Amino acid sequence: MAKSPEEEHPQKAFGWAARDSSGVLSPFHFSRRENGEEDVTIKILYCGVCHSDLHIVKNDWGFTRFPVVPGHEIVGVVTKTGKNVKKFKVGDRVGVGVLVGSCKKCDSCQQDLENYCPQVIFTYNSLYHDGTITYGGYSDAVVVEERYVLRFPDNLPPDAGAPLLCAGITVYSPMKYYGMTEPGKHLGVAGLGGLGHVAVKFGKAFGLRVTVISTSPKKEDEAINRLGADAFLVSSDPAKMKVAMGTMDYIIDTVSAVHALAPLLGLLKLNGKLVTLGLPDKPLELPIFPLVLGRKLVGGSDVGGMKETQEMLDFCAEHGITADIELIRMENVNMAMERLAKSDVRYRFVIDVANSLSQ
Amino acid sequence: MAKTPEEEHPIKAVGWAARDSSGVLSPFKFSRRATGEKDVRFRVLYCGICHSDLHMVKNEWGTSIYPLVPGHEIVGEVTELGSRVNKVKVGDKVGVGCVVGACHSCENCNNDLEVYCPKMILSYGACYYDGTVTYGGYSDTMVADERYILRFPENMPLDAAAPLLCAGITVYSPLKYYGLAEPGKHIGVVGLGGLGHVGVKFAKAFGAKVTVISTSSSKKDEALEHLGADSFLLSSNQEQLEASLGTFDGILDTVSAMHSILPLIGLLKSHGKLVMLGAPEKPLELPVFPLLMGRKMVAGSATGGMKEIQEMIDFAAKHNITADIEVIPIDYVNKAMERLAKGDVRYRFVIDIGNSLASSN
Repeated sequence: MAKSPEEEHPQKAFGWAARDSSGVLSPFHFSRRENGEEDVTIKILYCGVCHSDLHIVKNDWGFTRFPVVPGHEIVGVVTKTGKNVKKFKVGDRVGVGVLVGSCKKCDSCQQDLENYCPQVIFTYNSLYHDGTITYGGYSDAVVVEERYVLRFPDNLPPDAGAPLLCAGITVYSPMKYYGMTEPGKHLGVAGLGGLGHVAVKFGKAFGLRVTVISTSPKKEDEAINRLGADAFLVSSDPAKMKVAMGTMDYIIDTVSAVHALAPLLGLLKLNGKLVTLGLPDKPLELPIFPLVLGRKLVGGSDVGGMKETQEMLDFCAEHGITADIELIRMENVNMAMERLAKSDVRYRFVIDVANSLSQ
Repeated sequence: MAKTPEEEHPIKAVGWAARDSSGVLSPFKFSRRATGEKDVRFRVLYCGICHSDLHMVKNEWGTSIYPLVPGHEIVGEVTELGSRVNKVKVGDKVGVGCVVGACHSCENCNNDLEVYCPKMILSYGACYYDGTVTYGGYSDTMVADERYILRFPENMPLDAAAPLLCAGITVYSPLKYYGLAEPGKHIGVVGLGGLGHVGVKFAKAFGAKVTVISTSSSKKDEALEHLGADSFLLSSNQEQLEASLGTFDGILDTVSAMHSILPLIGLLKSHGKLVMLGAPEKPLELPVFPLLMGRKMVAGSATGGMKEIQEMIDFAAKHNITADIEVIPIDYVNKAMERLAKGDVRYRFVIDIGNSLASSN
């Protein structure tokens, strides 16, 4: 008796969805709920393509519900506001990131850490309060409760700013939480993709010395001359790695493939901190001796709460930080996914939804 | 042209040393340096047997220099002072822990974190400033730079206090550093041995709710009745484990054998911290999803700086915290090592050096 995606809600909607774990996306008619008292309706202008979108459409993590409309780096314009909405008015430029709901009562929610709520609702592929599946930003419009909508600063370009809503907060939040912001300290960024390139920019904005750690020597020019990193370390070069041992205060590890932590831990000074942000599909090997003898830590982090995400956007507006993007049309999304799988993008695809999504 | 251990320094000393990786200890004559301007010499009364001593005598970490005189939970009575020593006087009760030297000019040294100095010198099996090997506390006399001398209050039983010099600081330091030493926190202690039992006592003194996590149900009574833990979790029991998921602010893992940390990460609340104190030789599996989804961390710690060790001793004195020990004569030491290897001790052996190691052979 379940209604079809087109029928389950009163407002027609259109987007691109993956139907199965081939991950191929194609046009998809569905529907959005009525704009409730606490909701805003957003006409989507741009949506970033996050690596998580790729993992989900291919069901890499085993919990995808098809059809799935990905997209959680959404920038758009408010077209409707519910009667209790205070923060926004029609015409405002806004953003929606990785979450669209939570319980609002637990310790995490009370501390503005909705992202760690055990009942967090993600922007796509999650069960909403009304039992329907959430559909993400590869679509024409979205209805979101006010609490989970961000004010998008006027001086941030909406296309290059879209990836901040996931990549940006994913890097900003742990840098603050784990105390990786002391000017003059040395930050290593492992992996130069969507997360990595933003980490370099935040690192410089916090006054850190930044070294990019990568397996590809050809990224060096980009890293130093365009992104502003201070140094580049080829992790597959044992001699260079040896010289760099014990020189970094912090490491942001953005690599999502299974990889060795031991060499990264070796790069850390005593009392150094490694934050791992990538989501490999198998456990990593963690050597304990370096942790014990060097009082080092390995921590995780997962996006950020609404308050901190807003703070991050405002910080980016103040420091002129945006992502480096390749703008694509909706119909090229499958090709973008293929290129993303090979890390062939500098450094985020962003879908020009408003100008290219047509029925 | 190297001098023998007996000849290299002017002051005669006796102790027990391991000669090779069999780890068997036997009487050993050697020598200590003369008391320098900043040195404190003391007559050793007691020395705790740390599990690290067992690892080292058997060269399990591959770094041992033989002959090896272990012992870094050393307590005794001051017999001689260097001319520029202010900290203690003759007759005072003092101790030396894991570290006897560092560079004193790096950032870590300047922040009272000598143990993290890249040039830190261990109390035994390490190379001292003068190029000679350091010998530890299974010996009759000890000399150390004033900076590395800890003071014990008169009312503290020296034998039961000796293990604080390694086991005590090893649990105290991370409880403070990782923000777990606060009333109301729920702390888990994995493994009930030398570190574990002292971990329970300190965590309770900080006002935490303490759960002992163990694979042996036989330790339950001890944990609850004797050590004052609030609860006991049998980690091999799936039901108990599941009922406790997401309930711990911090967990101190004192187990050095290979084991899975996945269930321990599951026991942590969001933003919880797993602190590794035992060091398994091989890497452990780190499940990344739960670490990220709950913003959890896995960290390590080992002993602490000199300032903090003194602070810990004073705290222990104030709260009547000492180790639970079995006092043994020096010639029992090999048997003690065998029993230690099987975890058969409640919970630290302490060698009664003063009464069993003759000052001259």
